[in-house]
Amino acid sequence: MIELYVLLGLMIAGSLIAIEVKNLLSAVIAVGVVGLGLSIVFLLLKAPDVALTQIVVEIVAVILLIRATLNRDIAMKYCGRRPFGAIMGILFTGFVFVIALITFKDGLNLFGAPLMTVSQFYPQNAIEGTGAMNVVSAIILDYRAYDTLGEATVLFTAVVGVLTVMRSPGKKKEEDLQDSK
Amino acid sequence: MDAYLPYILCLVLFCIGIYAVISKRNIIKIIIGVIIAEYAVNLFLILVAYRAGGRSPIFSSTQEILPEAMVDPLPHALVLTSIVIGLATTAFLIALAVRLYGKYGTFDISRMRELRG
Repeated sequence: MIELYVLLGLMIAGSLIAIEVKNLLSAVIAVGVVGLGLSIVFLLLKAPDVALTQIVVEIVAVILLIRATLNRDIAMKYCGRRPFGAIMGILFTGFVFVIALITFKDGLNLFGAPLMTVSQFYPQNAIEGTGAMNVVSAIILDYRAYDTLGEATVLFTAVVGVLTVMRSPGKKKEEDLQDSK
Repeated sequence: MDAYLPYILCLVLFCIGIYAVISKRNIIKIIIGVIIAEYAVNLFLILVAYRAGGRSPIFSSTQEILPEAMVDPLPHALVLTSIVIGLATTAFLIALAVRLYGKYGTFDISRMRELRG
């Protein structure tokens, strides 16, 4: 699995560049590197459905980020360091890291040996139960279809939220003013 | 230790995202930190599901594939949902950032605090 480690190292390097580089457009492109590397990692880990979704989602996310940063403060203005915030960030991040390492030692299964206590039901019964050859689509479209319904609800709510936030304000007020005059 | 190395690299990725959210002042950098942390969580679930030498959870009509040789399909299904929801929250964050830029003319959160009231 040496290629997995190489890709994970590439993703870590890309995310470090993304959060430290001064140019916002370069940061967005580095996020694109992280996301596309992640989709290749999903392929290596035998999750082709997740890899396809990740490619599409990554492209859309990068397009949205470029749309947000284009023509706006492309080169970040240098406005003083904030050493206290950086130190607190490093302290808290190190705390999270240590706690997670301790938790790994306790309960996590080894890499390459999944627990399969509940989920072995799905591959054993997918063909008889649903007729689907792809177990993942059998789960998301049959066994856990309510999850997919909830996902569609969240997407719709997010679209409504984005439309509400991006709606240009003031038009209705002007009409009201003209009406009152 | 080698059996935990992918988990640890994934944890490093998550910590980079958390660090960006805590210590950066540019809103776009904070959004990038959220995106990176979310990628790390998705990756962690897929790593937990991996079986050494396993196959992808797809049956074939031409050859016999045992269910015991497959990777765990349940985290794959849940991560599919999680990725799409992550895109929705990212789009909402970006919309908020664009509105804040339109109101204050900057992405810097400390300068937004100075401009208030």
